[in-house]
Amino acid sequence: MNNEIGTLLTLAGYFALLSLFAIGGANAALPEMHRLAVEVMHWMNDRQFADMYAIAQVTPGPNVIVVTLIGYHVAGLLGAFVATLAMCGPTCVFAFFMGQVWDRFKDAPWRIAIQAALVPVSIGLIGASAAVIARAAAQSWMAVAVTVVTAVVTYTVRVNPLWIFAGAALLGLGGLI
Amino acid sequence: MSETTPVPVPPTSIGRNPIAPKRLELFIAFALISLSGFGGVLYWSRRMMVDERKWMTAEEFNEAYALCNFLPGPNIVNFSVVFGRQVGGTAGALVALLGLLGPPFLLVMLLGLLYAYYGDIAVLQRVLAGVAAAAAGLTVSTGLKMAGPLLRQRPGIAHAVAMAAFLAVGVLQWPIYWVLGVLIPCSIALAWRMRR
Repeated sequence: MNNEIGTLLTLAGYFALLSLFAIGGANAALPEMHRLAVEVMHWMNDRQFADMYAIAQVTPGPNVIVVTLIGYHVAGLLGAFVATLAMCGPTCVFAFFMGQVWDRFKDAPWRIAIQAALVPVSIGLIGASAAVIARAAAQSWMAVAVTVVTAVVTYTVRVNPLWIFAGAALLGLGGLI
Repeated sequence: MSETTPVPVPPTSIGRNPIAPKRLELFIAFALISLSGFGGVLYWSRRMMVDERKWMTAEEFNEAYALCNFLPGPNIVNFSVVFGRQVGGTAGALVALLGLLGPPFLLVMLLGLLYAYYGDIAVLQRVLAGVAAAAAGLTVSTGLKMAGPLLRQRPGIAHAVAMAAFLAVGVLQWPIYWVLGVLIPCSIALAWRMRR
């Protein structure tokens, strides 16, 4: 029982803190989620982490929903609630109050400087997320090939990614990955 | 004597729009955004807010979105709170947030439950391995697209900052707290100096 509460507190404190470092959206925090869940806490292995990210990607809705799956995996329904709330709560409160004062400083030089400074950080973090998730998903050479082909196709052609996911699922079903 | 329940509009610049949604409408709108928002909730939220419901003008949307990009955390979640508050106060913020997160939460829980029970079956594992590889590829191309405007500029401080974040977090896998704790103040200081 104590252990369960301890786990929930870990989830809550951890995701609440992480949300403040998610510069550029929930996906920017993916490397840190991977580091904690796989490397530090050993809640899951690389394959499971990649699976959860995949499930979150095929579920419609915001990217942040991967946090729900991690919470569920670690501590059941309550874990899912706690992790989601922790990841969204602090920044929602922040957004609620910032919305009221935004007008006053939206044109302030310091705000523009901060935003300009955060853009390259968020780009670097998304790149880092891509590197971490690509490594976690690289269970075979064929899987690496699927990652590369998907990256090239979705970068160059405007296509609904669901089709590519369906194709990759079929390849997996056929035992090719 | 009006047919619709009047919703008080707080005096802010965004959401001055006279067409203020009712709470249920707000919930439904964000639930629809969320459920159709596969591969980019931003696109669907703009379409719903600006084009279909006309709850915001394009400028108001850009303004609200700039704020949400400025804030840390899940952008679209922040957007639901900012917009919900502007059209319906605290209740509006909660309703929009619930609409956005409720349906995908239930869906993903269902999938998570199935995964917990059947995730170790060989067939499902192979299917997921395929989807996971594709999802990783999609993330790579999203990253490349985001880096596009930066890559077209002459190499400068922004490139160094992006590269440092990428290497430290993505390759060396250092904790994000230390990396950003150092990198963000440096980046802000440099951006401030460049401004002059």
